[in-house]
Amino acid sequence: MRESNIMKIHYITGISAIILVAIHIMFRLIMPYGASLEYENVIANYKNLPYTIVLELVLVTVAIHGFNGLRIILIELRQGRVWEKSMTWLCIIGAASIIAYGTRTIILASLTGEV
Amino acid sequence: MSVNLKILRYSPKEGKRYDTFEVPYQRWTTVLDALLYVKAYVDHSLALRYSCRMASCGSCGMLINGKPRLACYTKISELNSNEIICEPLPNFPIIRDLATNFDRFFTNHKNMMPYIINEKTDRKMDDIHREFIQKPDEVEKYLQFSYCIKCGLCYAACPTTAMDKEFPGPQALAQMYRYMIDSRDQASRKRLEIIDNRHGIWRCHFAGSCSNVCPKGVDPALGIQLLRSYLLGFSKKGEEKAVLYISSH
Ligand code: SF4
Ligand code: FES
Repeated sequence: MRESNIMKIHYITGISAIILVAIHIMFRLIMPYGASLEYENVIANYKNLPYTIVLELVLVTVAIHGFNGLRIILIELRQGRVWEKSMTWLCIIGAASIIAYGTRTIILASLTGEV
Repeated sequence: MSVNLKILRYSPKEGKRYDTFEVPYQRWTTVLDALLYVKAYVDHSLALRYSCRMASCGSCGMLINGKPRLACYTKISELNSNEIICEPLPNFPIIRDLATNFDRFFTNHKNMMPYIINEKTDRKMDDIHREFIQKPDEVEKYLQFSYCIKCGLCYAACPTTAMDKEFPGPQALAQMYRYMIDSRDQASRKRLEIIDNRHGIWRCHFAGSCSNVCPKGVDPALGIQLLRSYLLGFSKKGEEKAVLYISSH
């Protein structure tokens, strides 16, 4: 993929993450902040579909943006075909694993109320 | 009046050391004058590069009191210090003392195809005179970037260049913008492809130190951001082309 396309994704996920995290926090402001962190309320949130969709989007955008940022740091730190290829794959696998594990947690919590 | 000139000396055999020389100076004495005083009267072995002595050739760049500057364009009196430390430009391999190797810098510059690409400019040795006519606003777009004297100060100041040896550097990228935006040039797409890679334009983090040290008022950081806007699709090169004027004498 062209670097400009990767960077377009990087910027879009970065901006989206800011907006989505803001929405995510606002969801929690419908009750006192401390109460929103109580176990029952957290699990109840997972059963609210718009909340879980936002949570999933936060997970995807932050993982993609974060791991691409890490890839950029790593390829600036050292150069060389083998290093760059391995670091790129490492970051793709890292992002995919975090998204997969997080999605599993979100689905489990919303379906069963347990994680 | 005199000042202490502390110079980093380097040779591949002896490694690095600092030598300090006391040099007399006047209000108008430049750091280059002081270095040439040392070379003429104290230590002939001092290696440095210079030519025009008037900020035109770009060969006397060095780190002066920690900042990349042209030695011929920096007066001792303006530094307000009793000690002037001269070191070779960072991000360039040292050859000897203050002389650095510019091979990679010039290779990066050449990779940007720093010339107008336009099939109508292939001039045969005939008596036809071809000239592109540009409007003042077309010239305005690239004028400041054409003032670059390839001194390498921006390259020395760039934090990305310090880390990423494959990054073309601010000078090369600013020159890419200079030619891409020229209404006589027809190779925008090819040019943008050259810099759109893993170690290309995207590795600039907009520290802005390049523009801060440029002695010719070029703003390489601006050129880089403007180039990016073309790659991201925010800007499009205007359809307006320079008019070709043909006459035979
Ligand atoms: S942009 Fe400025 S600092 Fe950089 S090489 Fe050109 S003249 Fe020197
Ligand atoms: S000697 Fe030419 S720029 Fe300084």
